[in-house]
Amino acid sequence: MKLIKSILLGAALAGSIGAAAAQEQYIPLPSYRVGPYAAGGSGFYGGAIDYFNLVNANGGINGVKIKWEECETEYNASRGVECYERMKSKNGGAALVDPLSTGIAYGILDRVATDKIPMTMLGYGRSDAANGKVFPYVFPLITSYWNQAAAMVAYLGSLNGGAEKLKGKKIVHLYHDSAFGKEPMPVLDAEAQKYGFELIKIPVAHPGNEQQSQWLQIRQAKPDYVILWGWGVMNAVAIKTAQRNGFPREKILGVWWAGSEEDTVPAGDAAKGYTTMTFNTPGNYPVLDDIRKKVYDAGKGNLDDKGRIGSVYHMRGVTAAILWTEAIRKAQEKFGKGKVMSGEQVRWGFENLDVNEARQKALGALGMFPPVKTSCDDHEGSGAVKVQQWTGSKWVPITPNWVTGDKALTRRLLEESSAKYATEKNIKPACAS
Amino acid sequence: MFYREAGQFKITYQADSQIFPIRQDRVGIALVLAIAFLGVPLVASPYLFSAVLIPFLIFALAALGLNILTGYAGQLSLGTAAFMAVGAFASYNFMLRIPGIPVLLAFVLGGLCAAMVGIVFGLPSLRIRGFYLAAATLATQFFVVWCLTKIGWFTNNSSSGVITAQKIVILGYEFDTPASKYLLTLCIVCVMAVLLKNMIRTNVGRSWMAVRDMDVAAEVIGFRLMRTKLLAFAVSSFYCGVAGALYAFAYLGTVEPEAYSLDLSFRILFMIIIGGVGSVIGAFFGSAFIVLLPIFLNIIAHSLALPTSVASNLELMVFGALIIFFLIVEPHGLARLWQIAKEKLRLWPFPH
Repeated sequence: MKLIKSILLGAALAGSIGAAAAQEQYIPLPSYRVGPYAAGGSGFYGGAIDYFNLVNANGGINGVKIKWEECETEYNASRGVECYERMKSKNGGAALVDPLSTGIAYGILDRVATDKIPMTMLGYGRSDAANGKVFPYVFPLITSYWNQAAAMVAYLGSLNGGAEKLKGKKIVHLYHDSAFGKEPMPVLDAEAQKYGFELIKIPVAHPGNEQQSQWLQIRQAKPDYVILWGWGVMNAVAIKTAQRNGFPREKILGVWWAGSEEDTVPAGDAAKGYTTMTFNTPGNYPVLDDIRKKVYDAGKGNLDDKGRIGSVYHMRGVTAAILWTEAIRKAQEKFGKGKVMSGEQVRWGFENLDVNEARQKALGALGMFPPVKTSCDDHEGSGAVKVQQWTGSKWVPITPNWVTGDKALTRRLLEESSAKYATEKNIKPACAS
Repeated sequence: MFYREAGQFKITYQADSQIFPIRQDRVGIALVLAIAFLGVPLVASPYLFSAVLIPFLIFALAALGLNILTGYAGQLSLGTAAFMAVGAFASYNFMLRIPGIPVLLAFVLGGLCAAMVGIVFGLPSLRIRGFYLAAATLATQFFVVWCLTKIGWFTNNSSSGVITAQKIVILGYEFDTPASKYLLTLCIVCVMAVLLKNMIRTNVGRSWMAVRDMDVAAEVIGFRLMRTKLLAFAVSSFYCGVAGALYAFAYLGTVEPEAYSLDLSFRILFMIIIGGVGSVIGAFFGSAFIVLLPIFLNIIAHSLALPTSVASNLELMVFGALIIFFLIVEPHGLARLWQIAKEKLRLWPFPH
């Protein structure tokens, strides 16, 4: 009897805690802190949690505190799907989700639409998901792989005085042989045709720790530039092998997942002068100082090593969390301030996001990422990137302004590809209200 | 106590040769099926369906497929995931290229494609056996994944090489809820498990086991080795192919070829080793062990509020320790443990 009583009491207590927690906005984090990509995962989700802590320390989003929960996916698609299913309906339902993994994102792509939970994919995933008419619940925010590839060609063109000057040049696309590495090919092919440069595609098998034959091939081809579309251990190996083969690192242009401290520090001196794309401007910002002061000094920091604050992955996590909270804030403006938003309402917030420079300034993140303005047609909201260079100890931006490529071309490809998806899936493209 | 054969007299040949000769087994199976078909859909949550039960059933089906080849016919294989991939991508293409094709027919055709690939890659088994054959089946694993990534036609020229499975519609009913997908998967798995259970009791199954136990002797007494081995490859690949199609259509929804990696082949191999080589129920035990235990450990670690990194390492350690423990205690797998338990119950309270 006593046992039953205590169980009932416990249940009642748990119930009342649940009721008290109703004023919390719940965000599930399918993160990865073990496995081959732990460096990226711990930095990204560490940054996001740091920013959540900062928001909560400042009183939440119009008084609504953020509640989050992590689930370890190990970057494995089926584990990720399991995590997503486990977490999605807890604590009154998830506001949004971002698995930071192409595989997991593809695995839950259809589910988020049925569950009415918006999914953001900052800088990865299906580029054609920018078409909100076909993918109402998917947001490849800031910039997609296709716009990155277009921007790469634009940047390489600008080094020669215009993209037209690329005629007759040779560009190698050295890529991770997976969905991720193949994603930009339609854009690169179209650009090669348009500007008349020769595109040589060389795949590297996962995980990419042996690239001797690939770089031999590159040395024989004598390309003008190498686009390094790598991930994880592949990047450091590519940089070191390039040095061994005498290929100048200044001529290697990495994708943004090949441009973090975790990629260059292991490569040592070989990485000096290496350039990559990024959608963050390296540097320090007031919001990072706030995190140091209000989060880390209060002992709530998520990174073990304080020195990683402001590193590429950490900043990307902070950027993601800023956009997430801004979407919730935007949704609150329409559906009621100080209320917990449903996934559907947050979706509206994402579709009407307007993080301009004034807003960035208010957040203490002016220039940290390009201004983002979304609509039903454009779930990406920007498409702008920068190029950064590794000095040997830190990243510095070498394009002062945000760079965009041939957006008309990527838009055309995006329309074609999403239309194909819509017919495959029997979706009638339309703007969700 | 529970398992008393005494008093259950068989007076017809039919009664003597039924699938489950002991009444308690028949009642038990009927109960399990009733719970699976009626009980579970009433109480289970969408999470349980789409993240736990559906993958459990799909992997059990794949393990059944591998069990045919390795457990019954004695041909070691590391190409299970590749056969699954063939099934998935073939079903996807049948659905895509032939408008209006029934989805179940697409699954069967996908399975048949996998069977054909299985026959082709089973040819080396006529000359080599054991570990050497396992190495040869590795070729399937690499070749199929390479083919699917290289040739754009298979993925409908999707830029990233990822297919998105079509909706499952049968006779106008759309299987879009987790519960309906679970029931569909359960039906397919049950039908195929019963078929297999019967198949291994016929001369086909006996010929497989004869080849497994000693292929020279089997040949001497008149089994045609080539036919038997290739049939085992074909049937096994068919099962794996259907499992792969279900993996794409009923579980993940979107698949890239890399999802069917060597890692998955190994996992399925571990399933039959832990579950029990050469037993139908072993495939289910093994699948439960490999699919459910990590999730279970993860949820426990989560409820103890351990940091996620500690939790996942702990999970690996406990999981590894349990595998070693089980294999030391019972090298023939969980199915054998189950069998021993049954035998002890028959003789209770004075077992040998």
